[in-house]
Amino acid sequence: MPVSSNKNGLKVWQRRDRNSQLLNWAGWLFGTIIFLYCWAQISDATEWFFVWDAPRIAADIGTRALPPRWGYIGTLWEPIWDTLNIATLGTLFALVLAVPVAFLAARNTTPNRYIIRPIALLIIVSSRSINSLIWALLLVAIVGPGIFAGMLAITIRSIGFCAKLLYEAIEEIDQSQVEAITATGASRWQVMAYGIVPQILPAFAGIAVFRWDINIRESTVLGLVGAGGIGLQLQGSLNTLAWPQVSLILLVILVAVLISEWVSAKVRGAII
Amino acid sequence: MSRTSTLQTDVRLEDLVGRQWQKPAFIKSNMWRWGLTIGAIIYLILAIGSLEVNWARVSEGLDRGLQFVLGFANPDFSSRAVDIREGLIESVEMTIASTVVGILISIPIGLGAARNIAPLPVYIVCRGIVAVSRALNEIIVAILLVAIFGFGPLAGFLTLSFATIGFLAKLLAEDIEDMDKVQAEAIRATGSTWTQWINYGVQPQIMPRLIGLSIYRLDINFRESAVLGLVGAGGIGATLNTAFDRYEFDTAAAILLIIIVVVMVLEYLSGIIRAKVQ
Repeated sequence: MPVSSNKNGLKVWQRRDRNSQLLNWAGWLFGTIIFLYCWAQISDATEWFFVWDAPRIAADIGTRALPPRWGYIGTLWEPIWDTLNIATLGTLFALVLAVPVAFLAARNTTPNRYIIRPIALLIIVSSRSINSLIWALLLVAIVGPGIFAGMLAITIRSIGFCAKLLYEAIEEIDQSQVEAITATGASRWQVMAYGIVPQILPAFAGIAVFRWDINIRESTVLGLVGAGGIGLQLQGSLNTLAWPQVSLILLVILVAVLISEWVSAKVRGAII
Repeated sequence: MSRTSTLQTDVRLEDLVGRQWQKPAFIKSNMWRWGLTIGAIIYLILAIGSLEVNWARVSEGLDRGLQFVLGFANPDFSSRAVDIREGLIESVEMTIASTVVGILISIPIGLGAARNIAPLPVYIVCRGIVAVSRALNEIIVAILLVAIFGFGPLAGFLTLSFATIGFLAKLLAEDIEDMDKVQAEAIRATGSTWTQWINYGVQPQIMPRLIGLSIYRLDINFRESAVLGLVGAGGIGATLNTAFDRYEFDTAAAILLIIIVVVMVLEYLSGIIRAKVQ
C-alpha cells in the first residue's frame, strides 16, 4: 500500500503503486477489447430486424400459449413416468459403474498409479465433458430412438460426475480406521468393506440423490433428440406450433424439477 | 423399535460372548427396512418392464456404434475443417460474451439476494429471479429464445447469460451472507457512503470466491454452448448435429475430441487459478 503526496504536500493513501495500477488498467483494457470483439462477431451473425420484432413475437406467443390446454395432461402421464424411469434407472446404473471407477481413480485405493489411475481419470473426464443431450444424439443413432437410448445417455453422463465426487471422498477418508481393520488381518476386500465403505457411505448417498435431481432435469429434454420421455411430447407440440400444449408441458417440467429438488434437499438433509 | 433401542443401551458383555458378531443393519426399524426394500423391488420391476428394448434394432445399430468407435480411433479433422473452426470460434465467442454479461448482471442481483445487505422487498425480487433462472433448463430457454429472436448465436448468448445469472447470483449471495461482519462494520464506522461500504467492506471479502466461480462458470458455459446448437442457437453444436445427421461419425468424433480437450484444458486452468486466488 504505497503512499504518495499531492500538490499541497498531503499524504494520500493509494491501493496500488503506479506500475501495478498501469498493469491493472492494461488488463481491463485487454479484457474489454476481447469482450467487444466477441460481441461484434455475435452481432454480425444476428438478423437485427428479427430482434427488434422480438417483443411483438413474444407477446404473440404468449397470447397463443395461454391458457394452457389442461385436457392434454391425460396424454402426459405416460411420458412423465418414462422420464422418471430414465432418470432413476440411469442414476442406478451409473452408480453401479461409478463405484469401481472411483476406487480405481482414488490415489489411496488404486492398484496402479501410473497406468490404471490415468485410464480411470480419462473415463471420468470424457464422460463429464460431453453433455447428456449429445450422448443421447449418439445413442439414438446406435440403439434407435426410445427410452433405452435416453437411459443409456443419462448413465454414461452420470458416471463421470458420480465417480469424480466419490473418488474425492475416498481420498479424504480417515486412514487410521483402515489401518485398524488391516491390523486384524483382514483381506484386501474386507478392508474395503469394513474400513473404507462405511466412511464414504454418507457421501455416496448424498451424491446419488444429488445426481438423481440433476438427471430429472436433464431427462426432461432428452426427448428433443428422440430419446423418450416428456421431451418427445414437447418436440411434437413445438413442431405443430401447439403453444397451449407447450405451455402445459413446460409447467409440468417446472413442477417436476421443483419436486425433485425438494425431495433431494430433504433426503440430503436427513443423511448429512 | 423398543427391542433395538434396548439392544443398544443395555448391552451386556455376557450376552455377546460366544455369539458371532453381526453387522448392524443400515436402517434400524424393521418395518421401514422391509417396506423400502419391497417398494424398491416393485418399482424396479415396473420400471425395467416399461423399458422397451428392441434388440433387433440394437444389434443392427451396433454396427453403427462400431463405426463410431472406429471414428474415434481415426477422427477426421480435415474434410470439414472450415465448419468445425467456424463453429468452435462461435462457441468461444458466445461463451466469453455471455459469461461477462452474466457476471455483470449477477453482481447486483447477488447483492440484492443477500439478506444481510438488501431490504426484504429487494431480497424477495432477487431471490425470485435466481429461482426462475435455476429452474428452467438451458435447452428449454434456448428453444423459447430461438423462437423469439430467430436462429443464431444471439439466442445462445442470451440463454447462457440467463443461466449464468441464476448460478452466480445464488452462490455469490450465499458467500455475502457468510461474510465477516466485523470488517464491514469497521468501514461503516468511518462514515463511508453505501458504495464505499460495499467497495471496501464487502467486495474484498468475496472477490476470491467471485473470481473462482466466474472461471468455473466460463467452463460450464463452454460445455453448454456445445449443445445449444442442437436447437438452433449457434455454436459448434450445430456442426455436430449435422455430422450426426449425415452419419459422418469420423467428423463427429473429431468434434467431440476437440470439445473434450478444450474442456480438459479449461478445467485444468480454472483449477490453477482457483487454487491461486483462494
